[in-house]
This record gives sequence, C-alpha cells and structure tokens, in this order.
Amino acid sequence: MYYTPDMQKSMELVEKTRKERQKQQMPLLDAVGKVGLLESHHPDYIKRIFRKLKVGPSKNTLTPKEFADVLEARSMIDPAKFDVSKIDYDVDVLIVGGGGAGAAAAIVAHDAGADVLLVTKLRVGDANTVMAQGGIQGAAKANDSPAIHYLDVIGGGWYFNDPDLVEALVGDAPDVLAWLEKLGVMFDKDPDGTMLTIHGGGTSRMRMHAARDYTGGEIMKTLKDEVQNRDIPCIEFSPAYELLTDGKKVTGAVLYNMETREYLIARAKTVILATGGAGRLHVDSFPTTNHYGATADGLVLGYRAGVPLVFMDTIQYHPTGAAYPEQLLGQLVTEKVRGLGGQLVNAKGNRFVYELETRDVEAAAIIRECAERKNGVETPSGYSAVWLDTPIIEDIHGPGTIKKRLPAMYRQYQRFGIDMSKTPILIYPTQHYQNGGLKIKVDTETPVKNLYASGEVGGGVHGRNRLMGNSLLDVVVFGKRAGAAAAERAASIRRPGKLTLGHLKKFHKELTAKRVGRNRVAPILLPEYRRPEKAKNKVDILA
Amino acid sequence: MASEMVTIYVMGKAYEVPHDLTIMKAMEYAGYRFIRGCGCRGAFCGACGTVYRTKDDYRLKVGLACQEMVQDEMYLTEIPFFPGNKATYNLDKLKPNSETVLKLYPEVFRCLSCNTCTKACPQDIEVMEYIQAALRGDIAKAADLSFDCLLCGLCAARCPAEIVQYNVALLCRRLYSSKIAPRAKDLEKRVKEMKRGKYDKEIAGLKSMKRRGLAELYEARDIEPAD
Repeated sequence: MYYTPDMQKSMELVEKTRKERQKQQMPLLDAVGKVGLLESHHPDYIKRIFRKLKVGPSKNTLTPKEFADVLEARSMIDPAKFDVSKIDYDVDVLIVGGGGAGAAAAIVAHDAGADVLLVTKLRVGDANTVMAQGGIQGAAKANDSPAIHYLDVIGGGWYFNDPDLVEALVGDAPDVLAWLEKLGVMFDKDPDGTMLTIHGGGTSRMRMHAARDYTGGEIMKTLKDEVQNRDIPCIEFSPAYELLTDGKKVTGAVLYNMETREYLIARAKTVILATGGAGRLHVDSFPTTNHYGATADGLVLGYRAGVPLVFMDTIQYHPTGAAYPEQLLGQLVTEKVRGLGGQLVNAKGNRFVYELETRDVEAAAIIRECAERKNGVETPSGYSAVWLDTPIIEDIHGPGTIKKRLPAMYRQYQRFGIDMSKTPILIYPTQHYQNGGLKIKVDTETPVKNLYASGEVGGGVHGRNRLMGNSLLDVVVFGKRAGAAAAERAASIRRPGKLTLGHLKKFHKELTAKRVGRNRVAPILLPEYRRPEKAKNKVDILA
Repeated sequence: MASEMVTIYVMGKAYEVPHDLTIMKAMEYAGYRFIRGCGCRGAFCGACGTVYRTKDDYRLKVGLACQEMVQDEMYLTEIPFFPGNKATYNLDKLKPNSETVLKLYPEVFRCLSCNTCTKACPQDIEVMEYIQAALRGDIAKAADLSFDCLLCGLCAARCPAEIVQYNVALLCRRLYSSKIAPRAKDLEKRVKEMKRGKYDKEIAGLKSMKRRGLAELYEARDIEPAD
C-alpha cells in the first residue's frame, strides 16, 4: 500500500513509542472532563446539523436535517386515489425487516402459533446486524451482575435511558445468550466452555461475548437458518412502503415489490417494524459503517402513523472508522481492537485518550486531536486521521492473536496490502448508530395500537449514547419481546381491522398546511450513489 | 485530480471508470443503482459475489464487488443469488456426526476433491477441506475451517458435484456449537438465578434512583482490570 513520506515518518514514531506506551496508564476522564470534551467536539453539539421538526407527533423537537428531510416528506402514495381493497396477504403478524430483530421476532411469533409474514427490502439477513463485529454484552460471569450491567448502560447513556427498557435489556441478556448458545452460535470459548469475554468502551466488567470478529454475522446466519427451518414465509426485495390503519390502530401495510415495481396489500392483526437504522442518510456528509439499506424507512412509516420519536437529536459516531485506504473509508474497525489493547495514537506517536471511554467521548477526542490540536495524519485524499496501533495487540497477547481473534479485520486490510498485525492503521469517526427512534414500551409496542418496533428503529434503550455490544443484545432481546407480544395480541383480535390510509391523508394535510416537504418523497428505500450527472439523466420508461 | 481511467465490461458491456474504485463503486460510477448485488458494502453479507476474467486469461477469478478493485479490461458479472439446496431440520433432534450431514446433504458424498470450491472462495476459506472434514464426521474441524463464510454462494455455483458447501458449513457450525462445544456453566447458573429473581430488588433500587445518585454510583464503580 502506498504511504506518503509524512505518513511513513509518523508511522515510525508510532513504532518507536510502542514499548513505552504499553506500560503507560491513561487516566479515565471525570464527568466534567467528558462533558467539556463532548460540548466542544462531538457532532451532536454542532447546531447547524440540526433543525426542528414542523409537523407530526414530535414537532418542535430537534433532529439532524437529513432525518428531518425524510420525516417531513410525502408518501409515494396518493391516499385519495389509492385502492386498498384487494388484499394480497392476510396474516396475524407482519414483520417489516429481515435483520436480527425481525428474524428473532419471526421465530418467537411463529413458535407462539401465529401466522407470520416477514417482508424485507433486501435479503433476509441484509442488515446492520450482520456487520456487528465485536460482540454482544450480557452479565453472565460470577464477578458481574445485571445490576452492574444496568449501571454501565445508564451511565453510558448519560442517565437519559428509559429505566424500564434498560431493565429489560440487562435482565433478558443471560437468557438471550443461552438461547443463542443453544441455537448453535459459535461463541469464542475456553476448552471448558467458559466464554471468552473482554471489555468494551464504558464497561466495568469484561462481558463482551464474541464469535471472533464476525459476531453479528454468526448470530444472523443462525437466526436466518432457524427462520428457514420453520418455513416462515419471507418476501425479499419487498419493503413496506406505508402502514395501513383503521384510523387509530395499525391494520397492515402497503408493500412494494422492488423488482416487479408493483404494490401489494398486506392485512395484519399486528405489525412489527424492525427496519434498522439510518447511516445511509449520511448526517452532515459523514461516511457510515451501515448497511446499504439503512435509510430510516421504519421511522418514516411509524412517524406518519403517529408514533413520537425519542432522542432523535443524538447520533452515534463510531470512533474508529477506516480512514485509509480510500476504498474502506468509513467502514467499521471494530471496538474489539481496542478491547484487545489497541491504542489510539496521534501523528507524533503519543496517546491522547484512554481507549475504552464510551464511544461519544472517544469520537470527540479523535475529532479534537485532528481539528483543534492539529495532531492528525493527513491521508493522500486530504483527510485527517489518527493511528490505531494494532501491532501492540500481538505484543500483549502473543503473535497470531490478530489473525485468530480479528480475522475479518485482518482480511479486510490484507486485501489492500496492509498487514495490521505489523503496521498500525488510520482511523476517524464515522456515522454508526441511531441512538434514538420510535417510542416503545418494554413489550416494544408503540403508542399506536398494534404497532410494535424493535431493534435500532426503536428508541430509549440507550439514552444518549449506546455501549458496544448492546445493539446485538438489543436486537435479540427486543426482537424476541416483539415477536411474543405481537403474537399474543394478534391471538386476542377476532376480526381483522379496516384498511385505510386515513393517517396518511392527515399527515399530507399537515405538510401542506406547514408548507414543508412539498418536493420530497419518503421512505427513500435506497441511497443514491450514482454520479449526479448519471442520476440526473435517469428515465423510467419501463417502470 | 483526474483519475486514470480503465475499461471494464459489466456483463459484456463496456464502461470507462476510474482505476482506483472497487467493482461496486465503479458500477455505480457507470450509472448502476443496485437493488440486488449490494448489501453491507463491507465484506460481511455475501450479497455481491462476483466472477471475472481479465484480458488474455482464460481463468475465472472471484471476488466481492465491494472489496475487489477494478482492472483494465476486466470482464465481470455479479452472481447475487444462487438457487442452492437448503435442508430444513430440527436442530434439537440431530446428532453431530457425518450421518447427520449425509442424511441432510447426501450430495456431499459426491465430492470429487477437485478443489474448485476453494478456488472460488472470495474469503480464501479451505472449502474442500471442510467438506472433507464433514464427510469424515470431524464436525469441529468443519466448523472451525468454515467460520468466515459469508454465504455468497460462489463455491456452490462452481461445484461439479452440486454440493451447497455454505449450507453444509452452517449446519456443521450449529452442530458443533450446540452439541460438541461444552456449555458455558456460569451462564447456565446466571439464567437460573434470573429465574429466581435474584437481582430484581437491586435493579428495582437502581430504577428508582435519581440522576445524581446514579451518577455517584457510576463514577465510583470499580473497573475490572483487563487481562
């Protein structure tokens, strides 16, 4: 791989200071220090990124402009003309989204006896779940407890988290880990069966359980296999494009077959939104670690149907996104690298923050190091970045550790001619996670009856900052809860509800009255990555 | 700075694209908007398995479109879906041995040891080795060797014996992890404690606390030293 002379010189400094740094103790920041750092350098505090919503159940609250643009947009459907009388699918539980939460919900709802239909925009398993590398939390060791986990979660979220949701998260965690173990997820273990666990940023106990650095992938493959073993009907490349309600309660959804480009109507007694996150909206042009389909579809659908949003003014930037080579820009370098002892080092070869602070603090510290202190390394494409010293992991845990415990990362860099067990890598924060989302209760039901939301689309579990390993836990815990609750509710509903677009009519009216979103259509379903001149020339004769 | 351009042939059709792009980004540059054939964009989902050939070379090569760089005169196609056989089963009722594998996937018997699957793996997995291990009943080895599989399907697409290697691998990993690897005992114990409600009171106490009290506890908590 090509390195500029400046990069090479800096890399030599990283090597020179490695031995000393290994002994160096970096202090943890106190609360005042953390708040100061966040206020001065975390993107959540940059006012120009946000604007107030003008319509909908959460009007007057702040949200990043890119989110506001899709929330304050019209549906592709004109509710006055749209025909919902022909029902294509009639089920108990409709699950929208085929990631970790959707798959877990499908399995549980099916096992409860419900007639389930899972629809998803891409393939089952195409989701942020599959990209989660580092691990899944759960207080399972003797020196740990759900209460200690609770404190880590709520402190990491700056005490804003919904206590009921945190209780559910940490309380269900041991059971969820045991469920996954029984389903055959290949966790890293000692020969006697003890799980190998490490720290994540902001954990006070080593409770990060992993399947090498394909943890989410391994969980997703297993859940998908179980969905298939049960023959649960799944329709791929067919997202929900609009919800259907009887005026108050949710009664189904309009689906869109992206390949045949036709609408389909699904009637359901209950609907679970498990549509994931929104990294592909690229807040303030940040690159993202997220999946191609992470475009906030579920937020848009739920919001129009009347579900309020919580914590939409906070986004998680993963501290260590790849900054070089250019082809990897923004992609995840798992926190497990720091969990295993990898150090953040500036251009001069010095550490500048303890590596296992929470993600918001780490990201702000890196931004400060580059922007204010000018201690970043300039990449050939002009980005400023800092080093993540990876060879030190081999010094700490022995040669071969990276290949064994970080095979995905190792391979990722090898593909571009970089051996991360021998040379450090360059990183910079990248848009990673939607801390907030649709308001839910512990059984994942939203304030709109018969509509449930689980996984990243839901908000409140993580407060204003999520800890590593709590999103994989979140999708399984609340996916399972959603499946159980939606199936139970469906069983109590005798007659299916009326299908109308009344809520949409009302929402469009509000948009018109407030004169917003006239030319915008949402959900956007996919990000636009064609060159502007190509996208401009598009014609849809065959649509 | 203008980038050096190269010519690629997407399913036979020529496009001029910058040389320093991945296949995926080059196709987007050319004007493609993916519906199929694009997933995580980071080598975790296996949606973008790609087969290509370069000029004056008869050999077929493979890669993931999100990772593989374009080359001049590259002839390529994505294979975003492969209609491979997937056995359905109740894991609880299976035993972790070769009979199970062969009952669910009898075609594994047909393996010719030609190693084409290994050559077709964009993750550089020893595919034939793990199929052979599964055939011998060495489920643990099959699980270990196949761990990094992304289910992209290129192995199965190239297999003359019509084995669906990636599904055999998934079966082996699930058999190994649920039936051969010892259970985590501390986890078992904790699950029982949770059922008894051992921590309910303590958590209820934390839930009732105000921000200031929680912050005091949080700032004072002891951190387990890393090993």
